[in-house]
Amino acid sequence: MTSSTEAKPGWKSLPMGAVVIEPGSSVKYKTGDWRAFKPVVDKAKCVNCLLCWIYCPDSAIIRREKWVEVNYEHCKGCGICAHECPTKAIEMVEEQK
Amino acid sequence: MTIVGLTGDEAIAHAVKQSKVDIVAAYPITPQTIIVERFSKYVADGEVNTAYVCVESEHSAISASIGASLTGARVFTASASQGLALMHEMLYIASGLRCPIVMGVANRALSAPINIHGDHSDMMGSRDSGWVQIYAENAQEAYDWTIMAFKIAEDKEVQLPVSVNLDGFVISHCMEGVDLLEDGTVEKFLQTRKPLFTVDPEKPITIGALCFTDYYFEFKRQQVEAMCSVPAVLGKICKDYKGVSSRNYSCLEAFGMEDAQAAIICLGSTAGTAREVARKLRAQGKKVGVVKLWLYRPFPMEEVSAALKNVKSVAVLDRAISFGAPFGALCSDVVSALHTVKESPKIFNVIYGLGGRDIQPSDIELVFNEALETAKTGVVKEKTMFLGVRE
Repeated sequence: MTSSTEAKPGWKSLPMGAVVIEPGSSVKYKTGDWRAFKPVVDKAKCVNCLLCWIYCPDSAIIRREKWVEVNYEHCKGCGICAHECPTKAIEMVEEQK
Repeated sequence: MTIVGLTGDEAIAHAVKQSKVDIVAAYPITPQTIIVERFSKYVADGEVNTAYVCVESEHSAISASIGASLTGARVFTASASQGLALMHEMLYIASGLRCPIVMGVANRALSAPINIHGDHSDMMGSRDSGWVQIYAENAQEAYDWTIMAFKIAEDKEVQLPVSVNLDGFVISHCMEGVDLLEDGTVEKFLQTRKPLFTVDPEKPITIGALCFTDYYFEFKRQQVEAMCSVPAVLGKICKDYKGVSSRNYSCLEAFGMEDAQAAIICLGSTAGTAREVARKLRAQGKKVGVVKLWLYRPFPMEEVSAALKNVKSVAVLDRAISFGAPFGALCSDVVSALHTVKESPKIFNVIYGLGGRDIQPSDIELVFNEALETAKTGVVKEKTMFLGVRE
């Protein structure tokens, strides 16, 4: 075992067959660090049509009263929201690391 | 006790019927076809309470079986040769998701060239797929092991798919007297499956989720542990089965090994021929023996080592080629089992019977004589012998 995996459970305590026994647990799996480009919403251009919210495959668009925001903990940066946005309010900006 | 004339395929179909299987999903392929053909008749005649899923390919057959097994159902399928090869990727999913499916495999050669007859190339090609592999010598054994296979697969320590292998045509299509258990005896012996997880809307679970560098390895380690548990579980189940059938099974069967100097180890129907020849040679004072492996995966290292360590030479019969490997699959495993034994017997490999080429008592006698010569001289003349091939 390497130090990087020390905090995680070992094979003896994990459920058999990689079954996930806790429902709705995918929210705990933070996929934001997969991103190469991040969607940035221009609130001035957003008309709150919610097309991005409908299309987002990761449910990472957060609805606000007059515009949308992005849940960067889960957004993988696929860019579908930017592609679908009818007012070009979402720009894909390269991540700086 | 009821003795009925059945082919190996029919014997398996009868065992599946008595095992009260919930789902059968299968696609016909020679020489397995009769298993599911006979079973579909039971379904059509209302003799079983089983859902029979007609699918468009073997890939779909095993996929449907996996889905059904994950709901908690008892599932059976059957295949052979190209059909088993088409299932290949799903075999790993069945074992990885810990589905205790039982599959009858009427072993048949793989193309090309196309051939429908018996050899072990099909299942040997899947030997690392995480399936328990059992090889039957005759129709009776195919029947008995099919019933026991459900109990082994569904054991809480095991939870793995099990294949019951029978030599194509030699066992699958030959009619023999098979001693059948009463329906009630099988029902009591097996009972209903008790799944660890079921698909229940009240208690939702996720199956088959993505598993990356941080968890994948742990689940493979679990599978290793499950495989390791098989010999002990199988031993207990065989003991219980003896109680209801008076028939004695275990990981392997030894004949004449108490004083043998030269031995043959093999799988399947060839063991019967080998035993018969050994009986004849022993009557002539030649000290030969036969080890028949019932359990091939997991490979019973200790049992094989204990059975063979006192002989001077071992001929390992492989009915499949592992191209480019040091030996055939069984021989490689036997060499591994014996490598820690002090003064290990001299081992040579015999590749035989490919594409269903018949193996005659005279062929076996030739192998025994070679093994006796090796025992005497201590020298292996030929590491791999191709028995019965034309030069």
